[in-house]
Amino acid sequence: MSASNRPVRLLGNEEGYAKGSNRALKRFLKHRGAVVGAILLGFMVVYVIFGSLLFDEAYANFNNTKLRLLPPSADHIMGTDNIGRDIFARTVYGGQISLMIGLLAMVVSVGIGTLVGVVTGYFGGWIDVVLMRLTEAMLSIPTLLFLLLISNIFGGRVPQIQFIGRTFSGSVVVIIIIIGLTSWMGLARIVRSLVLSLKETEFIIAARALGAPDYHIILSHILPNIVAPLVVSATLGVGNAILAESYISFLGVGVGAPTATWGNILEGARKFFEQAPWLWVAPGLLILLTVMGINFLGDGLRDALDPRSDKAV
Amino acid sequence: MARYIIRRLLQSIPLLFIISFVLFALMQATGDPLATMGGRQPTRAADRERLSRQLGLDQPITTQYLYWLIGNDWVVIDPETGRTGPRRGVLRGDFGTSYVSRQPVLEMIGGRIPDTLLLTGTAEVLILAVSLAVGIFSAVRKYSLFDQLFTAISFVLYSVPVFIMAYSLIYLLSIGLRRAGLPYFPTSGIFDPAIGRTFEQVVWHMVLPVLTLSLISIAGYSRYIRSTMLEVINSDYIRTARSKGITERRTLFVHAFKNAALPLITLVGLDLPFLLGGAVVTETIFAWPGMGYLFINSLTRSDYPVLMGILMLIAVGVVLAQLLVDVLYTVLDPRIRYS
Repeated sequence: MSASNRPVRLLGNEEGYAKGSNRALKRFLKHRGAVVGAILLGFMVVYVIFGSLLFDEAYANFNNTKLRLLPPSADHIMGTDNIGRDIFARTVYGGQISLMIGLLAMVVSVGIGTLVGVVTGYFGGWIDVVLMRLTEAMLSIPTLLFLLLISNIFGGRVPQIQFIGRTFSGSVVVIIIIIGLTSWMGLARIVRSLVLSLKETEFIIAARALGAPDYHIILSHILPNIVAPLVVSATLGVGNAILAESYISFLGVGVGAPTATWGNILEGARKFFEQAPWLWVAPGLLILLTVMGINFLGDGLRDALDPRSDKAV
Repeated sequence: MARYIIRRLLQSIPLLFIISFVLFALMQATGDPLATMGGRQPTRAADRERLSRQLGLDQPITTQYLYWLIGNDWVVIDPETGRTGPRRGVLRGDFGTSYVSRQPVLEMIGGRIPDTLLLTGTAEVLILAVSLAVGIFSAVRKYSLFDQLFTAISFVLYSVPVFIMAYSLIYLLSIGLRRAGLPYFPTSGIFDPAIGRTFEQVVWHMVLPVLTLSLISIAGYSRYIRSTMLEVINSDYIRTARSKGITERRTLFVHAFKNAALPLITLVGLDLPFLLGGAVVTETIFAWPGMGYLFINSLTRSDYPVLMGILMLIAVGVVLAQLLVDVLYTVLDPRIRYS
C-alpha cells in the first residue's frame, strides 16, 4: 500500500490516523520551548562548524602578547585574551571540544546505564543485588568532587591524540570517560524499573513461552520500549556533561592547554574578570545558551514522548 | 518501624564498605607517596624500605585497606623496636594526617564545617522559602502574567552555570555599585581581616555567595513545586474539599500543600549532605573558607588524605540522610507502611 500517487497527508497515513511517532512529533512541535531549544542548539552547531571555516586552528592558538586584553573591536569581534589570542576563534574551537565532550560522555553514560539497567532488571538475582549496591554507592559519592579528584589523578596520563585533523590533549579522552562513568546511575535505575515492569507484560511472557532466546527478547522487545526515557535522559545528559566539563575546567583540573574548551577559556579569565569582562561574557553566554537549548529540548522531548506526563503544565 | 530502621541500617553497612573501598582504591592510584618523602633528594633505598614498613605500604592491598579501616595499633609494625602502628583507623575516626599541614584530617575538615554550613544552610533556607512562595503562587495563579514571566525567567536561571551567575552578580552588585559610588558587597573571604570577624562583616560577605547559590536552585525548585502543586490541586480530594465548602485558604494550605510537600521533603532531605561539599565553585570564586575551598586547595597540592576524608564524610552523610528521609516519609505519609 504505497502512498506514491495519493495526496500527502500531513503526519497521517491512508486511514487518516497519525502514527505513534508522528503524534510524538506533533506534540513536540506544539511545545514552543522545545522548538526554541532545537533552534538554539542548531545555532550552536552552526557556530562551531562554520566558525572553523572562517579561521583555522593555528589562528585560534596564535598569540601575540602585544595584543593582549583588547576589548571587542572590528579586528577581534570578541576581543583578545591575556596572551593575545582572539577570543572569537577560541570559542569556536573550544565549542567543538565542549560539544564533542558533551556528546561522547553522554554516549558512555547512556551505554553503561542502559547495560546495567537491562541486565539487573532482566536477569535479577545476585547480579542485581551487586550492581544495585554499586549504583547506590556511586550515587552517594558527591559527583563534582569525585570528578575533580579523578581528573586530577588520571588527567595527565594520556598522551596527545590526533583526530579529524586536530590535535587534542589526552585529557579530553580522560574527561569524556570519567564524566560518563559518573553519570550513568540515574538512567540505570529508570531503565531497571521499566524493564522490571516490562518483564511482566503478556507479550514478553508470550515470547518466552514461544522459546525466544534472551538476547532476542532484549534486543527486539525490551529495548524499543525503553527508547523514550533513553532519549530524554540522553538529551539532558549532554547538557550535564557540558556543564560538568566546564566546571572542572574552570577549576583548573579539566582539559589542559593548549586545547581550548569553553570551560578553560573561563579559567583563564579568572584573574582578569573585572578589568576584561569580554573574557568571560562570551564563552559564558555560549555555555548558557547551549545548556538552555538542551533543557528546553529535553523538556519538549519528555512531553512529546511520555504520554503519561500529560499533566497540567 | 524499629525493625525497618534496623534493617535499613544493616543494609547501609555494605554500601558504606563499597564506597570506602572505591575511595581507597582510588587513593592507591594516586601514585607513590614515598617518592617525595626524601625532601629535595629522591628517597634513599634504605629509607624507602623503612618508611614503607612504617607506613604499612609493603603489605598487600587488602591488608592496607584493613589497616586503613581499623588501624594498625594492634599490630607490631617495627620488628626492631617492637612498636605498634600509630593509626587508629577510619572506623575510629582517624582519617590520617594531611600530607601538607601534618594536621589530623578530621580536625582540618571539622574546622571548616561551620563556615560551610553557614553558607549553604542559609542558602537552603532562602531557597526553600522563596521557592515555596513563588511555586505555590504560580500554581494557584496558573497562566497569569506572573506565572508566565516566572516560568520563562526560571528556565533561563536554571540553565546558568554557577560561575557565570557568580561573575554576573559580582559585576552587578559589587563592581557596579562600587563604580556608582554606593556601598558595595565584598567578593572575597568571610570577613575583612582589618576589621575582624564581626556579625556584620560575615553577613555582608555572605550576600553574594548566598545569592549565587540560591538563584539557580530557586529556579529549579520552584518549577518542581509548581508542577507538584498543580498535580495535587487537580486531584479529586481537593475538589471534594472545595465542594464541602472548606475555605480556599484552608484547602490550599492544609490539604493541598501537605500532599505536595511530601516529595519535596524527599528532595530536600537528599540534598542535605551535599550542603557540605556542593558549593565548590562558589566557595572558590568567593574564597569562602568552607569544605569546598579546602577540597580545591588540597587538590592542587595533591593532599589525598584530606580529599578522601571529605569524600568519605559526605558519602556517609548521604547514606544517613537517605535513611532519615525514608523514615520521615513513613511518619508523614500514613499511606505508607513498611513491614
